[in-house]
Amino acid sequence: MPEPLLEARGLVKSFGRVHALRGADFMVNRSEVVALIGDNGAGKSTLVKTLSGVHAPDAGEILFEGKPVSIPTPEAARALGIETVYQDLALAPDLQSSANLFLGREVLRPGILGKLGFLDNVAMRKQTESAFGDLGVGVQDVTAPVATFSGGQRQGVAVARAVTWASKVVFMDEPTAALGVVQTRRVLDLIRRVRERGLSVVLISHNMPEVMEVADRVEVLRLGQRVATFKRGEATMEDLVGAMTGALVQS
Amino acid sequence: MSQQVVDPSAELPEDAEVPHVSRWQRIALGSSTSIFLILVAMIVVFAVLHPSEFATVDNVRNLCTDAAVLLVISVGMTYVIITAGIDLSVGAVLVFSGVIAARLMNAVGGNGWGTILVGLAAALVAGLAWGILNGTLITKLRVPPLIVTLGTLGMAQGGALLITGGTDERDVPTKLVDTIGIGRLFNQIPYIVIIAVAVALVFGVILRWTRFGRYTYAVGSNIEAPRRAGISVDRHLIKVYALCGTLAGLAGFLSLARFSTTTIGGHSTDNLNAIAAVVLGGTSLFGGIGVIAGTVVGVFIPVVLQNGFVISGVQPFWQQVAVGAVLIVAVYLDQLRRRTQYRD
Repeated sequence: MPEPLLEARGLVKSFGRVHALRGADFMVNRSEVVALIGDNGAGKSTLVKTLSGVHAPDAGEILFEGKPVSIPTPEAARALGIETVYQDLALAPDLQSSANLFLGREVLRPGILGKLGFLDNVAMRKQTESAFGDLGVGVQDVTAPVATFSGGQRQGVAVARAVTWASKVVFMDEPTAALGVVQTRRVLDLIRRVRERGLSVVLISHNMPEVMEVADRVEVLRLGQRVATFKRGEATMEDLVGAMTGALVQS
Repeated sequence: MSQQVVDPSAELPEDAEVPHVSRWQRIALGSSTSIFLILVAMIVVFAVLHPSEFATVDNVRNLCTDAAVLLVISVGMTYVIITAGIDLSVGAVLVFSGVIAARLMNAVGGNGWGTILVGLAAALVAGLAWGILNGTLITKLRVPPLIVTLGTLGMAQGGALLITGGTDERDVPTKLVDTIGIGRLFNQIPYIVIIAVAVALVFGVILRWTRFGRYTYAVGSNIEAPRRAGISVDRHLIKVYALCGTLAGLAGFLSLARFSTTTIGGHSTDNLNAIAAVVLGGTSLFGGIGVIAGTVVGVFIPVVLQNGFVISGVQPFWQQVAVGAVLIVAVYLDQLRRRTQYRD
């Protein structure tokens, strides 16, 4: 079996007296959609934040492509090719979608103008249009402010941004929580297309049918520890819920 | 589990609702368009009513000269308000910088360009220092900009009074007054107007087309967006307040040149005038929206009204009433625009 792309071993993270992670393990293979599920307070968000450089773990080990790494900042995560789509999307609503896609990574004009900080908006728009086209994000006008977009379109912009810059892993924190049925399908479709590009996706979700449909593997967290992993088709919905609540114990 | 039959590539009803807005429609709905039309209408009305007094070269020159110092402050204020901040200290910083420049030029002595340059540098550095202080307190102590700049307003104003003992500094190099103060290029265009226009052009271009401008909008639109994108939001905010302070310092120097005195008591409402001009020009107090061209229009509205009322024989006090009303209408239009065009 090839080595995992990203692996966490025995992560511990406490906030005061709250023990969010108590020796949590986690693993992502290459080109794989992993769903991370668990009840509220199981430590899903903390685990993702630890792996994307927002929190530093108190103890434990993170391996990236087999080598131990430390991810002290979000920038360090990005340097490894890890991008995160936050639940609140972190878009600037008054800016165009291309400006959001390239926020913090602006393309500057060539030559002296670029040295002075002048933006190459045409190049950024073209790349945004092609990124939206590749991923099937339904935005006709990339020059319109993101505030005029629907919820699904905004999600599309945030996912396209993460996918454009990620070379290895995209974390998505409840990407469909605020979406309607049809838009949720679009995002799931998007997730599959991201995997087809050779990236791995870690999907945090509460929606069991969605998880069973899109995930290659499911990892279940309970009380800050991994309690079960299932491959696609191995588990029923009852198994997943049982593992989350502690009714089912995987040997 | 039953498979839902939905073609994900189909046009979604929700997506289809997004109207395609053409470039011209966007300009027509744009935040500074209506106020620009109001300004044009005011100019037309006064010009038709009083062609021989209002629409003259001399009067236009007076209008521009009156607007110049306020425009320089308002350019910096535009950046600050786009970040969803506010700077109440600009008028006090203007006075403080003017006092420092006047004192230093007198200490150096002489009436040459060297002395004037020393004064200019002093005014800019004094303004920059207040701006950096504002930005640092706002970002590091997390005190709201309204309170920080209200505090530095008092400190700068009090500082200016302490340095001068409360009496205006009237010794200003005559060369400064004769050139930048009241001099004209080709005997036509006042230098002070040229400087103000240059400031508006340079910082208008920076705001619209550079990364610095882009970050300014991003910070004001949703501060979490640039922060998560790895942009140093604190450092950018400090730079924006530093810019606003430096331009207030420049305005202090221009004011000194124009009036050949420090006019300590004459700038207590500059901050409000600048904020009004910026907001009139379509910049949103909620941040993320605004252009320098709008601010230029916003600066001219009170100036044209004042001038037109004086020429028309209307009591000029009406100008304050009228500007107040237009200001409320401008903010109402901003709210309306957000409600109708933005989804939330």
